[in-house]
Amino acid sequence: MELDINKLENDFQARIDAGENIEPKSWMPEKYRKTHIRQISQHGHSEIVGMLPEGNWITRAPSLRRKVGLLAKVQDEAGHGLYLYSAAETLGISRDELFHQLHTGKAKYSSIFNYPTLSWADIGAIGWLVDGAAIINQVMLTRTSYGPYARAMVRICKEESFHQRQGYEMMLTLCAGTPAQKEMAQDALNRFWWPSIMMFGPRDEESPHTEQAMKWKIKLKTNDELRQQFIDITVPQAEILGLTIPDPDLKWNEETGHYDHGPIDWDEFWQVVKGNGRCNKERLGARVKAWDDGEWVRDAAMAFAEKKEKSKEAKKAS
Amino acid sequence: MSTKKEWPIWEVFIRSKNGLEHRHAGSLHAADAEMAMENARDVYTRRQEGVSLWVVESKHIVASNPEANGEMFAPAEDKVYRHPTFYELPIELKHM
Amino acid sequence: MENKLYDYILSLGDNSLILGHRLSELCGHGPSLETDIALTNISLDLYGQVRNYFQYAAELAGEDASEDSIAFLRTDRQHKNVWLVEQPNEDFGHVICRQFLFDSFHMPLMKQLCESKDERISAIAKKSIKESSYHERFSSEWMKRLGAGTEVSNQKVQAALDHLYPFVNEFFQETPLDKEMKENGIGGDLPAIKEVYFKNVHALLLEAGLTIPEPDWRQTDGKLGYHSEHLGFILAELQYMQRSYPNSDW
Repeated sequence: MELDINKLENDFQARIDAGENIEPKSWMPEKYRKTHIRQISQHGHSEIVGMLPEGNWITRAPSLRRKVGLLAKVQDEAGHGLYLYSAAETLGISRDELFHQLHTGKAKYSSIFNYPTLSWADIGAIGWLVDGAAIINQVMLTRTSYGPYARAMVRICKEESFHQRQGYEMMLTLCAGTPAQKEMAQDALNRFWWPSIMMFGPRDEESPHTEQAMKWKIKLKTNDELRQQFIDITVPQAEILGLTIPDPDLKWNEETGHYDHGPIDWDEFWQVVKGNGRCNKERLGARVKAWDDGEWVRDAAMAFAEKKEKSKEAKKAS
Repeated sequence: MSTKKEWPIWEVFIRSKNGLEHRHAGSLHAADAEMAMENARDVYTRRQEGVSLWVVESKHIVASNPEANGEMFAPAEDKVYRHPTFYELPIELKHM
Repeated sequence: MENKLYDYILSLGDNSLILGHRLSELCGHGPSLETDIALTNISLDLYGQVRNYFQYAAELAGEDASEDSIAFLRTDRQHKNVWLVEQPNEDFGHVICRQFLFDSFHMPLMKQLCESKDERISAIAKKSIKESSYHERFSSEWMKRLGAGTEVSNQKVQAALDHLYPFVNEFFQETPLDKEMKENGIGGDLPAIKEVYFKNVHALLLEAGLTIPEPDWRQTDGKLGYHSEHLGFILAELQYMQRSYPNSDW
């Protein structure tokens, strides 16, 4: 029996190495399934919780054009959460269970969403930096080995391309505006820069899952590689805006062809992961409240559907 | 956790324009067929992705078993005579 | 005449603006992802209408007027929406019920405005009617689900209905402006809509297993700029940026 499992696992790895996709009904090691449920749901939760900091500014958006852009963006995030949950559901977990894991703190989501949005410029900064960081990760994931996850990523990347542009355009407008607007933009960058580069996760030496994840092609690049890629792309973008990245050690390194950056405050990172960030309680609280408040609605719809089904059957019978 | 019944999963198929077939777009949850149709419209056609929608509750889809892929699909492998390139014809011959 | 047309356009646009605002407050807080997305779609449709109306109004006003100056820089007394759309979200029952009572009015109004002698209003109505017709279908379906779903949902949506129903009469109170616009073929015929309205609404409420509230009356003069206390808070949020940072581009 053990031999069989070994052979199955070897065959499985061979398929991944050959660049084949794994589909829901295919045999897969239990650990592959569990890892995917964890990662896909974490990704989905990030989309859903990510709606909150930006949603915070919908009613206060400064123009109608900005308002519809932001509303459509936050709505997209609900859609992306939905696509990702659907992908996780193909692995045999229900959406109710996924929510339960989120609501009880068993499942994590990206720490970036535990930071408050204090000004309109934060919405621009999130679009520019947070979506920018997310896109780097997501483009990589369109080639991940699990078919439903990869397909969800393709759809998400297609839709998400406007998000970062929207954010950067907001920043451009602010930076070309009044001194107060430019100050607002700089302040947003100051607060969101470090949390954004922490989004790629702990340094490679401290990332226990990386090796296995790369073997299964859930990850194609390491955290540090992705982080470097993001910094290299973003620094010139900040220059165009005329904003200063809040890292005195940031400088171009001719030899490596990359930007060197200063030390990241990993204590802060782990504090936020542990639940002690500025908005952890509020974010989770808002999700739990939406879920609890919605229970009677979901139940009503289900009860109504069952009644309708019964009366249809009764009609057929008579 | 709520032990109540969850809205069932539905699969959504979209015809992107007339003349093309419906293609699988993704899934969603809905309590009944009407809601599934409305949700499909709201979730999957926000960017003019389609002109026609099909929704079907996932449990009604019968899927082939990948473990039987050998017997299901391999036998077609060597039936090359089903393909036009199997038949050798002179190069001068046109329109065939 | 231009001034009156301007006012009339605002009375159309303001209902969409304030209802769109209320719905936008819900984004991220709905009972399921699917309903969250659906309600946001309705909100976006309404804002689309607002922009069409206000861009037209801004042209009529001339000078520095823009869709944003109209949307963000008027006092509460200058808003012409009805009281119904200002009412808070409270719970999903209130949201759906408010939407249903509004859609049932908005749909026949748009139908009439398609025939408006004012080409711009007619064009906006022709675009909006497709949206409104979907909104009406959506809110009616949900009224039935909540009304006939469970005992709890029936009670909740009945309570919402009892609260919101007295506001609907305001739709049909003709102001002098409404009358004039009807007579010159630009505006809608409110008494004509009234008949259809109550017929349709009552039929659906009965189908949903709800009790039609006793015809109740409540003093509401939103169309004349006399609003509930809720509007001030809506405007405080809506206008916050424009008021704090005047004369800036966003």
